[in-house]
Amino acid sequence: MNKNHFPQQLEDEAIYIIREVAAQFERPALLFSGGKDSITLVHLARKAFFPAKVPFPLLHIDTGHNFPETIAFRDWLVKKFDLRLEVRYVQDSIDQKKAVEESGKYSSRNTLQTITLLDAIEELKFDACIGGARRDEEKARAKERIFSVRDDFGQWDAKRQRPELFDMLNGKVNLGENVRAFPISNWTELDVWNYIRRENLELPTIYFAHEREVFERDGMIWPYSPFVYKSDDEQVFKKIVRFRTVGDMTCTAAVDSEASDLEDVIGEILAATISERGARIDDKRSEAAMEKRKQQGYF
Amino acid sequence: MDILKITTAGSVDDGKSTLIGRLLYETKSVTEDKLAAIEAASQRKGLGFLDLSLLTDGLIAEREQGITIDVAHIYFATAKRKYIIADTPGHFEYTRNMVTGASNAQVSLILIDARNGVVDQTYRHFYIASLLRIKHVIVCINKMDLVGFSEESFNQVKEQFMAYADKVRFEGQEIDFIPISSLMGENIVTPSDAMAWYDGEPLLNLLENINVEADLREYPFRMPVQMVIRPMSEQLHDYRAYAGKVASGKIKSGLAVKVLPSGLETQVQAVERFGESLTEAAQGESVNVLLTDDIDISRGDMLAAADDMPSLTKQIAATVTWLDHTSLRPGQMFLLQHGVNRVKAKVLSVTNKVDVANLTETETVDELKLNEIAQVELKLAKEIFADTYEQNKTNGAFILISEQSNNTAGVGFIKEIR
Repeated sequence: MNKNHFPQQLEDEAIYIIREVAAQFERPALLFSGGKDSITLVHLARKAFFPAKVPFPLLHIDTGHNFPETIAFRDWLVKKFDLRLEVRYVQDSIDQKKAVEESGKYSSRNTLQTITLLDAIEELKFDACIGGARRDEEKARAKERIFSVRDDFGQWDAKRQRPELFDMLNGKVNLGENVRAFPISNWTELDVWNYIRRENLELPTIYFAHEREVFERDGMIWPYSPFVYKSDDEQVFKKIVRFRTVGDMTCTAAVDSEASDLEDVIGEILAATISERGARIDDKRSEAAMEKRKQQGYF
Repeated sequence: MDILKITTAGSVDDGKSTLIGRLLYETKSVTEDKLAAIEAASQRKGLGFLDLSLLTDGLIAEREQGITIDVAHIYFATAKRKYIIADTPGHFEYTRNMVTGASNAQVSLILIDARNGVVDQTYRHFYIASLLRIKHVIVCINKMDLVGFSEESFNQVKEQFMAYADKVRFEGQEIDFIPISSLMGENIVTPSDAMAWYDGEPLLNLLENINVEADLREYPFRMPVQMVIRPMSEQLHDYRAYAGKVASGKIKSGLAVKVLPSGLETQVQAVERFGESLTEAAQGESVNVLLTDDIDISRGDMLAAADDMPSLTKQIAATVTWLDHTSLRPGQMFLLQHGVNRVKAKVLSVTNKVDVANLTETETVDELKLNEIAQVELKLAKEIFADTYEQNKTNGAFILISEQSNNTAGVGFIKEIR
């Protein structure tokens, strides 16, 4: 592997798409989760408008169950690059009785994010949200367009998608509709990592091997935290782990890894035998989990 | 590392999903958890083998109907290149997805069931590949195991295909034929022992060695302006750059360019990316362009090589493929998007609707329905700066947007500039 393994065409396409979003919409936002894909998006957005500032804010839907490392990183990034940040809290949606907290062994606020996100879009009048979804992540995402039109309820209808031809993007929508735009649709997980290495991007520390209190369930390693349900017979122990994907603490499993820098992480991915979303507990709920969540307005 | 974009098409039971699944499996692009999932699913279905088609057959609705309903994008990589497959459904009512998938492809992979030979769908697939001027077409004659790996069967299908293709293909279009069995993995990655009579390459070798020369790099420079970049900060008070993706040709500092539609001529002062000055940028690259003169330029304008300009036109003739459930009719108005530029367009006439299977044409056309192809004459409210599609794919195509629904209703390939 050398540094030329990142196809430059992918960056050029992504910058083109981000510029189209800024030009075609009045109030775009960049959906920021603190994960490597959205960190990559922020970098691409900086490149797209440089030397001018990124002309739209980041929107973070805070579940309240984030890794503390992710929040610290988010605030550092916003300050360093003089970005604007909007944060909306799932806890507020729960307090307003718009969302109901799940209970039990596999409870997570991941699906509740959708409610807070849709409210935020309405409140802040965003007409386009840039997301870091990639088509290689999951079957339903493989069919997603670059500009994906959503109705008032944020719903995605696979059968009613607009055709996208050549690189011409049609962002014209009807009243009440908005668009999700996906500039890194054509990137794979490995492309993202190769790009992070080529561009020397900083990442939250949880992506690299560190010692953490964890416990085991269903063959997966769960981070130990007050937010994560743990039954009494599940033993907490310390282990060197890292995270391959960074979602909520309640739905992100750790992997047994000693990879402490980018080179090691990329080496591990090349040899990987478990797909990235395989470490997402939320997708394991059912075979068609992602598609169902998408229909309900998830990213 | 370069990217090869492939579009695949085939009829419902031609085994397209299995072929793609096989490519993923053989290039080790399938992770263990996904493999375990399809092993379990194959067993549930009572199959005695690994159903590789399950790797790509995605959506709930599709699984219910057992068909593919939309363009799915699939990724795999070898040490040499990254591959992107736009897998499009084969049945008639979703033809618009086939055009969509083909619009960005460099290679068209067409599947034919060896038992059935060429069917109506095959004609449609090849017609679209030719209409979109896809230079490399690979015809996979599949399920050879079900015709006893017979060379004669293979040749029959090949002749049948070429009888049609010779009437439709354009000069320079290359067509390869491969006898395969995607279920058994014959001639996909390794040469087939059962078909020793075939002296060509297996599919993956062919894909690895396709030369994707960038034709458009050699074409005169064009760049539609996406936006003007003005930081307006204290240090960069006078900085003004034009942001865009180079549509064709190359640009470097010193190049004489004309700004369209004003026609004013100036020179390129610098080409930048993220503050770095580039010696040159070619087709496909997203850059900031700085000019020596202060000219009023806005989104939708175009920078073009001063010595070889596109045509400025308010009337065009184009081949149009209709993508919307609401038909196209003469007299209607649309929004025409050419690159990033949008102008109002009026349909003056619709003629010569093609019957793709037997290549006959209906001269007078009252309405063009979903999936139909015809010649359309359009009058534009403002000038566009275009080339013909044959000369320049990027600058010779457009979409038509319905002003009622805002949907992308049609796609056009410019044939003549009036």
